[in-house]
Amino acid sequence: MALPVLSRRRLMLGAGAASAFAAMPAWAQGHSVHRQRGGAPIKAGFDEVGGPVIDLAVGHGPRVVQGRKGHGIAVNGSVPGPLVRLQEGQDVQLNVTNNLGQDTSIHWHGLLLPFHMDGVPGISFPGIRPGQTFTYEFPVRQAGTYWYHSHSGLQEQQGHYGPLIIDPAGDEPAEYDREYILLLSEFTPLSPHFIMDRLRKGEGYFNYQQTSWTDDYPLTAEERQMWGEMRMPATDIADVTGSTYTYLANGRGPKEGLEFLFRPGERIRLRIINGSAMTFFNIRIPGLPMTVIAADGQNVRPVEVDEFQIGTAETYDVIITPGTTDAYAIIAECMDRSGMALAMLASRPGARAPVPALRKPPLLDMGDMGMNHGDMGDEGAHGMAGMKMRDTLLLPPDVKIGPGIDMVSMAPVDKLGDPGLGLRDVDHRVLNYRMLSALEPNRDTRNPSRLLELHLTGNMERYMWSFDGRMYSAVSDVPIRFAWNERVRVKLVNNTMMAHPIHLHGMFFELVNGETSAHQPRKNVVIVQPGASAQFDITANEPGDWAFHCHLLYHMHGGMMQTVTVMGPGEGE
Amino acid sequence: MRALLSLTMMLAASQLAAQSHDDHQHQTSPEQHDPHAGHDMAEPAKPASPGPAMETPPPPAAGSGPPRAADAIWGAEAMRASRKELRRTHGDFPVFWFQGDRLEAQVREGADVYLWDIQGYYGGPTTRLWFKSEGEGTFGSAPEDAEVQALYAKAFAPFWDVQAGIRHDIAGPDTTHAVIGVQGLTPYMFEIDAALFLSHRGDLTARIEGEIDQRITQRLILQPRIEANLSAQDIAPLGIGAGLDQIEIGARLRYEIAREFAPYIGIEQSWRTGRSADFVRARGEDPSTTSFVVGLRFWF
Repeated sequence: MALPVLSRRRLMLGAGAASAFAAMPAWAQGHSVHRQRGGAPIKAGFDEVGGPVIDLAVGHGPRVVQGRKGHGIAVNGSVPGPLVRLQEGQDVQLNVTNNLGQDTSIHWHGLLLPFHMDGVPGISFPGIRPGQTFTYEFPVRQAGTYWYHSHSGLQEQQGHYGPLIIDPAGDEPAEYDREYILLLSEFTPLSPHFIMDRLRKGEGYFNYQQTSWTDDYPLTAEERQMWGEMRMPATDIADVTGSTYTYLANGRGPKEGLEFLFRPGERIRLRIINGSAMTFFNIRIPGLPMTVIAADGQNVRPVEVDEFQIGTAETYDVIITPGTTDAYAIIAECMDRSGMALAMLASRPGARAPVPALRKPPLLDMGDMGMNHGDMGDEGAHGMAGMKMRDTLLLPPDVKIGPGIDMVSMAPVDKLGDPGLGLRDVDHRVLNYRMLSALEPNRDTRNPSRLLELHLTGNMERYMWSFDGRMYSAVSDVPIRFAWNERVRVKLVNNTMMAHPIHLHGMFFELVNGETSAHQPRKNVVIVQPGASAQFDITANEPGDWAFHCHLLYHMHGGMMQTVTVMGPGEGE
Repeated sequence: MRALLSLTMMLAASQLAAQSHDDHQHQTSPEQHDPHAGHDMAEPAKPASPGPAMETPPPPAAGSGPPRAADAIWGAEAMRASRKELRRTHGDFPVFWFQGDRLEAQVREGADVYLWDIQGYYGGPTTRLWFKSEGEGTFGSAPEDAEVQALYAKAFAPFWDVQAGIRHDIAGPDTTHAVIGVQGLTPYMFEIDAALFLSHRGDLTARIEGEIDQRITQRLILQPRIEANLSAQDIAPLGIGAGLDQIEIGARLRYEIAREFAPYIGIEQSWRTGRSADFVRARGEDPSTTSFVVGLRFWF
């Protein structure tokens, strides 16, 4: 049964020995090369590791991307870290050695496993001390495209992440001839602690696309005045931007020529992972439609699109069939359009397709402030003037009202059908969550027995982020609690003007997107659009304590995180 | 076995093709866009699967108390440090900020003047210890006017802190003041710093400063600034008259080489008014002063 899978993998590593992999000299997998402080220079791109026992070493060293120098943290000496390739149904043992001078950890993003193997210091385990080797052991209960990353400090920004692919025990539902992994991330020469510091101190520190007297944004004087009145920038699309980031495709900058080889007519599965710390990417391949077959590792009914947005920490698998054109450009434009990651599909080494220029930066609009009254369409800025931007009476009593909340959405509506900022007015087919439908039916289709409403709250000036007005530091001992096997509908209401990719560890939830409960798509990250709401159903059947947070790294550290406690069978009664 | 396998794969493939076709049809249907309404979504809302619409508390079976599942596996002692670290670094952690808002030379008729106006804080997002200092003097001589402040600040609104503490004047007559003030951001993005000062002699004064950043380009920023000093009484030894004592209006044009480092040029007009103007004239000076300024704004 596993034969077809294996042959596909050979294809990938053999015929698919594109520069991405060929450029990597084979080096001892899993052996630590970073015992000394400073370590060897960190390589771009990744090797593959697999089998029942896998050794991983976390080290640090100098890193250079397009001539920009920085200091990085790497797993097995490369960024991204090695591809961890597993087989559904196997047991795996992962020995992680910490060669850093500080604690580290690996969180297996999207994996179903015992909570104490989830890798979040302070919630699931104590962390991995310098010099220590920690052994993760768990049965592999699923298949699909996932990834792993540090959950310690801000190490993820420094390069501590890698792809994780699980081949199914049975057949792949989709047919394809070859596969490639495209892991998107960012490089910055800045220390992540410096970035956090600047976000707390200087609002808009990294934004060089702000409104000014000389900009060419399509804003009327009235609209500009209104944004000023609200003390909110319409240009607040991304907190950290291309002003410091070089966007990476498999660890390579756009000028470093990541290349995936193809033969015309071949069906290629692209496993796309957003392993960035702070970036939403809009992905398109001009001239080539993409058929989405999986989201966050879980198969969905195939749906063909021309572009889609991938939030931080999401994964999408797409099938593409390149034609006779010499080359195709895979464009991953960051949401605020201050830069892009780039990979080339090439019919022969060195073939290049033209790369379109970055599109104009998008702007937030009234809907992003939670103004979704149907009759507001033509009122323009006039309609705004008398509106209350922070009517705390609209919040339920369990939300803590205080300086940590600078805005309350007036009429937050479900926007799972929103393709995302910058993609609302493009003239081709764009994916949105309402187009996702689980391929294999969900096991639990009970109606949820209760609703849990959580408000995403924040203050941009102070860079405070929270659930229900309380930062993690205030609720570290107050978990969100679920009874064993309880079926709960969770409603997330975004009272901020930023899109938040909300991630739950250890369990899949099913987006309430209009599908029947059997086919609501399973995900572990949901983007909640600015000023909007999103709902998911969850069956709380993975006992233990789990992290639940915004996957924008600096939002999580800014406080938007809480522990979810799921009781075990027979507990709590 | 093999035949069965290929059959299922063929079925799956045909299903894939059919699906893809269906969705394609669905997606290419014309869409209504209303770019002003903020609800211009590509997909119309479909009815949600059945579920409760009102929030209700968790059942007793959800348990209570802090999350301690990991303690049962690794031990409470082993978990303690990481729990503390997680709490310490996710939300309410302190930062140190230091700003030289105005470090400048004022070129004016007569003697040119140097001036500093610095501030900073240490603390979390809602509770901070502030310090402020400003002063000025003629080049080549000691400051004629200088003060330092130490304040405790607490956020009371999203954009506003209340500040309380002491101010000490380190030039001129030795004076200590109690300070209460507010600092924050008004609608239309005016940065305001307003404070009342009660000196140990019982004199009550006040100061209001307002600044606004006007971006001309992403790095060239014009900053109009206004400052007013008020007094509740005459303070003859300091040459201050009751009422509006002094008002300054200026504009500074800075270029942000980096966000943290911006040289500027500007112009400032200052008037002593009312009784204060009389004190100034009595000293044979002009109550109205126009200065060209050149300086540096920085922070870290």
